[in-house]
Amino acid sequence: MAEIVSLSDGIAAVVHDGDTLVMEGFTHLIPFAAGHEIIRQRRHDLTLVRMTPDLIYDQLIGMGCATKLIFSWGGNPGVGSLHRFRDAVENSWPLPLDLEEHSHAGMANRYLAGASGLPFAVLRGYVGTDLPAQTDTIRPITCPFTGEVLTAVPALSPDVTIIHAQRADRKGNVQMWGILGVQKEAVLAAKRSLITVEEIVDSLDPKPQEVVLPSFATTYIAVAPGGAHPSYAQGYSLRDNAFYTEWDAISKDRETFLRWMDENVIRRVPAA
Amino acid sequence: MTAAYTSDEMMTVAAARQLHNGTVCFVGIGLPSTAANLARATSAPDVVLIYESGTLGAKPDRLPLSIGDGILAETADAVVSVPEVFNYWLQPGRIDVGFLSAAQIDRYANINTTVIGADYRHPKVRLPGAGGAPEIAASCREVVVVLRQTLRTFVDRVDFITSVGFGQGPGDRQRLGLSGSGPRVVITDLGILTPDPETCELTLVRVHNGSTAEDARAASGWPLAVSPELSTTAPPTEEELTVLRRLEATKGA
Repeated sequence: MAEIVSLSDGIAAVVHDGDTLVMEGFTHLIPFAAGHEIIRQRRHDLTLVRMTPDLIYDQLIGMGCATKLIFSWGGNPGVGSLHRFRDAVENSWPLPLDLEEHSHAGMANRYLAGASGLPFAVLRGYVGTDLPAQTDTIRPITCPFTGEVLTAVPALSPDVTIIHAQRADRKGNVQMWGILGVQKEAVLAAKRSLITVEEIVDSLDPKPQEVVLPSFATTYIAVAPGGAHPSYAQGYSLRDNAFYTEWDAISKDRETFLRWMDENVIRRVPAA
Repeated sequence: MTAAYTSDEMMTVAAARQLHNGTVCFVGIGLPSTAANLARATSAPDVVLIYESGTLGAKPDRLPLSIGDGILAETADAVVSVPEVFNYWLQPGRIDVGFLSAAQIDRYANINTTVIGADYRHPKVRLPGAGGAPEIAASCREVVVVLRQTLRTFVDRVDFITSVGFGQGPGDRQRLGLSGSGPRVVITDLGILTPDPETCELTLVRVHNGSTAEDARAASGWPLAVSPELSTTAPPTEEELTVLRRLEATKGA
């Protein structure tokens, strides 16, 4: 059964140096508060995994928490480049960043295989592109029934997956709704999980298109109101579009970035 | 008399005209999303828009700033997971048109959104990467590409094939086993290009009002083929311009 803990205790319990860490969220419900706590706890040598690394991964990369990134699209959604990600790849600052690059379809199927307890997934993908030549985890496979050659990608089975959801009940059942990306698959694929939520309630009344993660399927739950900001939590908060635009200027320059992180993350510890 | 308009507005309007009522369209964010929503607000109110965030039949009344904008989920016929949108909806060929943009495109309409520079490990510019594009370009029945045309974007060979157009030429898509027919049309701020039926090479078939074939040649990194029946795109109508500007003003609002 999931245990309800504080955010800092939850991060300390699930994220260790050298871990393979997934923080998912497809523009919606991105676990920013959890990412900031990882930065404050100065975790390092992480292999970061995510379909759409955006600002929170830009921050983790720029703060030197990561040595490898497994991903399929790394940009500031609706705005442009991720400057810290680019600086790491183009100039090895603050550290070299090893890349394992996929497409969305490939990453989604890698989570699906992990959640299903399978060693790999099969898809029609990547054929004719230059990705297989750069990424060792994309390989051809022959269908044993038809002889057709398809593409295999290995399961993702991260040490830990962290997501943000709208709410949980006191028993630790988690409820989320709206655009849910690959969050369910990412949690089920992981050895350990931490779910941050907007609030804990007595009972989870049904919501349209909801997904409920039963308490036995997750490890820790922590309350982090506004924990998805500047992304949004449908039913609770709106996306702070202005911040995504501001991040472009903050992150472009190394000193400005470090100063912003110091003022807004390192020295801003949330109330327990 | 026609109102003044920019070449970007002409590009978006020309791209929107490619979509029709009932077309099921997989939409990339940015230029494709703007054009697709312009089409839905003008000539094609029943176009079906699918975003890779899993929103099927999204009907936003303003431009979403990102593919995960809440307005997409709130107005969709169905919201599905990301594995489902790729495995159930895209992969089996249920989608008519893939609507993409690109950082680079080459004479065989191959698309690069990965790196600029010859060395993948040490790129001159690291771009965002593939996203959904490789499988959109492979599996949609056809593909529409919209991007600005310059010597940087129109290159003889892309630095990295992120998404396949026609590979190295005729027959490559069939050899690779790609189910969709590939890029049908490329819309730029200068004109409209289609693949030659014999050679698969992108050929200029229309110029926008105010641009010339020479402008398009000067903005292409290979000797651009020009159709002998080159025609001129109709300029934006008052309605197209008014609706486009109204949509642009709502971006991210």
